[in-house]
Amino acid sequence: MAATKSDAGTRRDFLYVASGAVGAVGVAAVAWPLIDQMNPSAAALAAGVTEVDLATIQPGQQVIVKWRGHPLFVRRRTPAEIAASKAVDVASLPDALANNDNLPSSAPATDANRVIKPEWLILIGVCTHLGCTPTVSTPQMPEGDYGGWLCHCHGSMYDTAGRIRKGPAPRNLEVPIYSFLSDTRIKVG
Amino acid sequence: MHFKTLSLGIAIGLLASTASFAAVDTKRLPPKEEKFSFEGPFGTYDRGSLQRGYQVYKEVCAACHSAGHLAFHNLTEKGGPEFTEAQAKALATAAKVPAEPNDKGETTDDKGVPLLRSATLADHLPSPFPNEAAARANNSGALPPDLSMIVKAREGGPQYVYSILTGFHGKTPTGFKVTEGKYFNPYFEGWNISMPPPLAANSVTYSDGTKATVEQEAHDVVTFLSWASEPKMEERKQLGFGVLIFLVALAGILFAAYRRVWKDAH
Amino acid sequence: MSGPSTYTPKSGIEKWIDARLPLPRLMHDTMQTFPTPRNLNIWYTFGGILTFCLAVQIVTGVVLAMHYVANAGLAFDSVEAIMRDVNYGWLIRYVHANGASMFFIAVYIHMFRGLYYGSYKAPRELIWIIGVLIYLLMMAAAFFGYVLVWGQMSFWGATVITNLFSAIPVVGTHIATWLWGDFAVGDATLNRFFSLHYLVPFIIAAVVGLHIWALHVPGNNNPLGIDVKTPQDTVPFHPYYTVKDAFYLVLFVIVFAVFVFYAPNFFGNPDNYQQANPLVTPPDIVPEWYLLPFYAMLRSIPNKLAGVIVMGGAIVTLVFIPWLDTSRVRSCRFRPTMKWLFWFFAISCVILGYCGSQPVDKAFAGIPLVWIARLTTLYYFGFFWVLMPIIGLIETPKKLPASIAQSVLGDSAATPAE
Repeated sequence: MAATKSDAGTRRDFLYVASGAVGAVGVAAVAWPLIDQMNPSAAALAAGVTEVDLATIQPGQQVIVKWRGHPLFVRRRTPAEIAASKAVDVASLPDALANNDNLPSSAPATDANRVIKPEWLILIGVCTHLGCTPTVSTPQMPEGDYGGWLCHCHGSMYDTAGRIRKGPAPRNLEVPIYSFLSDTRIKVG
Repeated sequence: MHFKTLSLGIAIGLLASTASFAAVDTKRLPPKEEKFSFEGPFGTYDRGSLQRGYQVYKEVCAACHSAGHLAFHNLTEKGGPEFTEAQAKALATAAKVPAEPNDKGETTDDKGVPLLRSATLADHLPSPFPNEAAARANNSGALPPDLSMIVKAREGGPQYVYSILTGFHGKTPTGFKVTEGKYFNPYFEGWNISMPPPLAANSVTYSDGTKATVEQEAHDVVTFLSWASEPKMEERKQLGFGVLIFLVALAGILFAAYRRVWKDAH
Repeated sequence: MSGPSTYTPKSGIEKWIDARLPLPRLMHDTMQTFPTPRNLNIWYTFGGILTFCLAVQIVTGVVLAMHYVANAGLAFDSVEAIMRDVNYGWLIRYVHANGASMFFIAVYIHMFRGLYYGSYKAPRELIWIIGVLIYLLMMAAAFFGYVLVWGQMSFWGATVITNLFSAIPVVGTHIATWLWGDFAVGDATLNRFFSLHYLVPFIIAAVVGLHIWALHVPGNNNPLGIDVKTPQDTVPFHPYYTVKDAFYLVLFVIVFAVFVFYAPNFFGNPDNYQQANPLVTPPDIVPEWYLLPFYAMLRSIPNKLAGVIVMGGAIVTLVFIPWLDTSRVRSCRFRPTMKWLFWFFAISCVILGYCGSQPVDKAFAGIPLVWIARLTTLYYFGFFWVLMPIIGLIETPKKLPASIAQSVLGDSAATPAE
């Protein structure tokens, strides 16, 4: 008699627990679409990743691509520009951090930490001071004292690795997350 | 919409400062203490000043600056310049706005020139440039901000805008070099402004015989722009006066009731 | 809401309703006969004022939503259309915008009052904790609402605040992206903030119901902080407190009206009359004034994650106050040391707010503001976590009055007042 009662109790407990567990799975299954709908939509994702063809860009030239609402600088550096950047003492920089989204935030702002391949410099073209778009410097049309960029708004000067050298901007130009799909094609985002 | 350009323009305005920060402190000077009729709890817009100010806006500012939140019918409304309907209609008709597609669905003529039509009272004031890029291309990269809210969108309000308009032509301080293509204006943050001095004596000819000095023109156009920023100000102050009288009366009655009720409790 | 009811239905209809849905009974017991300490002062009228504020925000908000367009391209223009074209739109929008500030002024007075008179102490801990929850919900609602204007400060404020989540290790950036619905604050963000801004006030209204329910179990605390002992200590809520609350409410509304009609942009920021522009950051990003003390704490900590933790901790701390205060005595009137520390605390909150409103690199009398903010932040936490428990144990409180009635009416309290 007592055994039967406890048996029934056990079975009942099991059924309670089982219904609770299955119900919880159901609730979780319903909750997920409700949570995930807030993540970037397919349209936002498509707009958030841009592929850039590098084949047509000449050494010393920069092209600007729009990415996630921001201008994106894609610059093919000349050997002289790379050498000038490498010669800089990181300790002397106003911002000694790489500001490279592909690296840990503590990475120092060496030239190697600003690029994946030295020839290609990929930057978000937003001045870290007040968000203007800096103007690129070329040997024919020099801008600023460091051969990189000059922001005409408040005179911030960036070098050939996009690092802030002079002026009110606090940080180096940001390097976005990107990867090389091939030698002549990158994927940004 | 075309107002989108507004904020970028302001940005350029703010940003048009200089690389000479090392030598001189180019913090903007406090605005001049110009008095306006619409200040204070009972202040109203000076009707004549508003109408003259519209003239200055139309004949000087509108060459580069839009005022896209304003419609022509606003010009007739109470508390504003209060042009007669006929006057406002004439002003609207004289203005050209982009036409709707014609029956062939075209928005440009054979040569690719956009089709235009006369504005009506329902139309907003036309923008001098079709889009932001065009505005920048025509102003050496700077974007003239939309003026319909400029007075509310600036710290210092009417005095600030007045000081900018009348703040050119000062002697450039030693040690400060004006950036090429910019103009010296110490009331502007950074002292370098992209806008050339917009006003000169007799830039406009006032039909009411008012002498068109730079100060007068600036005063009038700032009055107009203040109204453009806050077109319901007179209605607001009037209604507020009634509301406050009502509330004070109500408070008085309630205070008496409160005293009466609590008299028993002590 | 609790305790024995004194309601007796007067008519057949009342009796009929009461037997089926005792709503008249509830109203009678909570709003009419509810015994309320007779010595509540002006600072106790802010509960009613806050209920009024919530109602104003919901009514004006629902009406504004009839004209507002939650679209990044149209939002700013639709607000301006409300200001210019909609009949009385300027009035409704200015009431709603200033209403948010008035709401926070009232809630801060209400909170400091609770702190001063020890209203969080047993048996009112849950009232206090529910109140902290309401405060949190208010901050959320205000933040969402400020973004809807889609001005420069709206946009960059939203960017700064949502970026705080990216300080969380590992999942931080995913949380930020999830909040944005994009890779930056944008149209998707604006739309969801509108949805939430419409939802949160109704949640607040429900939680306010709990707050009042919890209040009606032990009844009001009072400036003396002593318990109600005899019926002579109390008066019925109506008409004594209905009329008193109404009078002070009207005084509050007068102040409210002065702002709405004569200084409608006093609490605002000129930058927010410029449309949001993702490509241009304003020179100084400042949140609305009611969030400034927390913003100052955030900025005074050089490490982003630590700053976020400190800021969150400042609010979470409030939940623990009922147990951090070890004193037997509730009211600061009878706590000579605590009274001073309380006022230092109030002043330090104001100083923090000032620090938050100024550019980061500014100094006051040669001392960098960031250090002043650090010191006051330290006092904020020290006040609750160190001083409150210790002072409660070592302080000698003044002698408490025997009863509320005796304190108010003198020794003649033995005789009934009415």
